[in-house]
Amino acid sequence: MLIDQYDPLKGQMLQILDKDGKVRKDLEPKIEEDRLLLAYKTMVLTRLADEKAVRLQRQGRLGAYPPTKGQEGSQIGPALALGGDDWMVWAFRELGALLLKGVPLWRTYLYWMGNEEGSHFEPQLRTTPSAVPVGSQVPHAAGIAYAAQYRGEKSVVMCYFGDGATSEGDFHEGLNFAGVFKLPVVFICQNNQYAISLPRKQQTAAPTLAQKAVAYGIPGIQVDGNDVLALYAAATEAVQRARRGEGPTLIESYTYRMGDHTTSDDASRYRIEKEIAYWSERDPISRFRIYLRGRGLWDDQKEAAWQEEASRQVEEAVKQAESFPPPSLNDVFMHTFATMPEDLKVQLEVLGKELDSSKGG
Amino acid sequence: MAVMNMVQAINTALREEMERDKSVVVLGEDVGVDGGVFRLTEGLLEKFGKQRVIDTPLAESSIVGTAIGMAMNGLRPIAEIQFMGFIYPAFNQLVSHAARMRNRSRGGLSVPLVIRTPYGAGVKALEHHSESTEALFCQIPGLKVVVPSTPLEAKGLLASAIRDPDPVIFLEPTRSYRLLKEEVPEGEYLVPLSRARKVREGSDVTIIGWGAMMPQIQKAVDELVKRGRDPEVLDMRTLAPMDYSAIMGSVKRTGRAVVVQEAPKNCGLAAEISARIGEGALLSLLAPVERVTAPDITIPLPKAENYYYIGPARIEGAVERVMSF
Repeated sequence: MLIDQYDPLKGQMLQILDKDGKVRKDLEPKIEEDRLLLAYKTMVLTRLADEKAVRLQRQGRLGAYPPTKGQEGSQIGPALALGGDDWMVWAFRELGALLLKGVPLWRTYLYWMGNEEGSHFEPQLRTTPSAVPVGSQVPHAAGIAYAAQYRGEKSVVMCYFGDGATSEGDFHEGLNFAGVFKLPVVFICQNNQYAISLPRKQQTAAPTLAQKAVAYGIPGIQVDGNDVLALYAAATEAVQRARRGEGPTLIESYTYRMGDHTTSDDASRYRIEKEIAYWSERDPISRFRIYLRGRGLWDDQKEAAWQEEASRQVEEAVKQAESFPPPSLNDVFMHTFATMPEDLKVQLEVLGKELDSSKGG
Repeated sequence: MAVMNMVQAINTALREEMERDKSVVVLGEDVGVDGGVFRLTEGLLEKFGKQRVIDTPLAESSIVGTAIGMAMNGLRPIAEIQFMGFIYPAFNQLVSHAARMRNRSRGGLSVPLVIRTPYGAGVKALEHHSESTEALFCQIPGLKVVVPSTPLEAKGLLASAIRDPDPVIFLEPTRSYRLLKEEVPEGEYLVPLSRARKVREGSDVTIIGWGAMMPQIQKAVDELVKRGRDPEVLDMRTLAPMDYSAIMGSVKRTGRAVVVQEAPKNCGLAAEISARIGEGALLSLLAPVERVTAPDITIPLPKAENYYYIGPARIEGAVERVMSF
C-alpha cells in the first residue's frame, strides 16, 4: 500500500510522474486507456473553460469567479478513482472534478453567472452544491457516508477542501467523526499554498497537512498535486479502503493556484514572480501529455483536434448558460420550504404587486 | 391512555417514530448509553442499537453538520444539542446549510432534520443553561422553530417535526419537562405545525405566548378571571413560520393584545408579533399592544434569576394596563 509507505511525518511525498513527464515504472498505476484519455481531455477542457470564465468575468458576463488554473490534476486525479454511485462533496474551486463527475459545464457557468439553477444537479450525479463557508462541507461528507454505511451501500464520499480549511473547526470535527465511525470518506485537501493571501506556513506550524490525519487515527498521505497519476493511485487505494469498511483517508494534494483567489483578488500583492515560474515548470497538463505521448496514446494531431473540440464545447456551454431564462419572482420564493407557508404566499403576492407598480425594483 | 410528563411524552414520540420509519436516527452527546442528560432518549439504544442511536463526539457543529449530510442522503436524523446555550458552534451549519440546501439546490436536496434542545430559565441551572434565543433562529428563512408547552403537545408536535420535509428546531422548555402530567395517547398522534392553539376562549384581551411561558400565563389567567376579566389565550407553538392569521382573528375580536416572551426585549418575537398586529388589526385595537419580556441583560445566575424570570404578576399587570388604557 502506497498509503503505508509514504509517511508525512518523515516528509515523504508520493510522486509517480515527475515534472518532465518521466514515470516511475514500479509505481505506474494500471488505468484503462480510455480512462487515461478521459482524464487528460477533461484536464484540457477544464483549463480552457476556466480561462473562458475569467474572460467572461472581465467582460461583465459572469460574476466573481475562483480560477482553477494549475489545479486540474489535483482535482481530476482523485475524481478518476470514483465509481458512478460515489458522492462528491466540494468547496468552490473544483471545476475539473465537477466536469469529470458529469456536472455539465453550462450549469457551472450558470452558477457563477448568479443563477441558483446552477446548483441543481441531477440526483444520480450525487454531487452537493458548492460550500462557500470554508470547511463547512467536511461534516456533510461524514454524514452522507454515515447514511450510506447505515443502508449497507458500498458508495464512497470524496470530499474536497483547501489548505485554509484545515484551520477551521469543521475540518477537525468532520475528520474526527469520520475516524470514530470508520466512515467511507476520502478527504482531498487541495493545498494550493495560499488561502487568499495567507501562505500555507502561516496556516499551521505542522510541516505537512497530511500529518493531521495521525491525530484522528486515520491514514494520511502527501501527494504531488500536479501529478495526476500519483493522485489517482493514492485515491484509488483510499477509495478501496473505504469500500472495504476500513474507514477514511486524508490525502494532501500539494499543488499551486496559478491564478488569483477569485477574479476580485490580485495575487501580485502577496506572491513573488519566482514562485510562479517554479510552479509553471510543474504544470499538471504538460507533464501528463508527455507521458501519454510516450505511451503512444497522444500526438499533435489529436491535441489539435481536442483543443478545437474542447473550445467548441466551452462556447456551446456559454451559449447555453447565457440563454437560460432568468429566475421569476416565484422561483426565488418556491424552494424556501417544501410547501410554501401561508405568510410567505402573502409576501410573494404583495411583493409582486409592489414590483409591478414600481416597474421592477 | 397513559399519564405522562413531557420527558415521557417526547421519549414515546421518539420511540414510536423510530419504530415507524427505519430512516429515523438519533444522534448527540450522551444520547445512547446515558439516555440523555435529561433522560429524553432513555431506552432507545437498547431497542434500536447503536447504529440508530449514535453517541457522538462532543462537537456541536459536527453533530448538526453530519446530521445535514445524513438528511441529504436519505435519513431523518434527530440531533440533540444538550442545552440551547451550546448550540452556537452549530449556528453556521444551521444558517449556511440546513436552512438553505433546498433553495440552493432548487429542491434537488432537502434536509429533513430535527434539532432537539432544552431551552429556558427558571430551573436554577448553571451558566449557559438558561438561554431562550429562539428569535435568532426565527429570522432564518428555511428553518422551522417549534416549542411545545405540554406533554400532549410535545408528542404531537415532535412527531410532525420528524415527518416534516424541512429542518425543524424543536425547543423543549426545561422548566416544563417534569412540571405537569397529562393523558397522552399511545400511537399515532400528530399536531400540525404552523397552527396556533387556542388555550382559552375569551372576549376582552388576547394573551399570546409559547413554551415555558404558558404555565405562567395560565396562573395569571386564573387570577384575572377571578377579577372578572375574560382573556383569550393563544399558544403559538410553532414560532416560524408563525400562524399570524390566528393572532389577527383573535385580536380583531378582543381589541387588545399582550405578548409574553421569556427572551430579552430587543428584536424579540414579541416585537414582530406587535408589528404584525399593527399592520393587520390596527383599527380593531382599543389599546397599544403590551409586551412582557425579560430585560436586555445577560441572564443572571440562580441567586438573581427571580429578577429576570417572568411570573404571573407581570402578565396580570400588562393585562390590566391594556384594559384600563
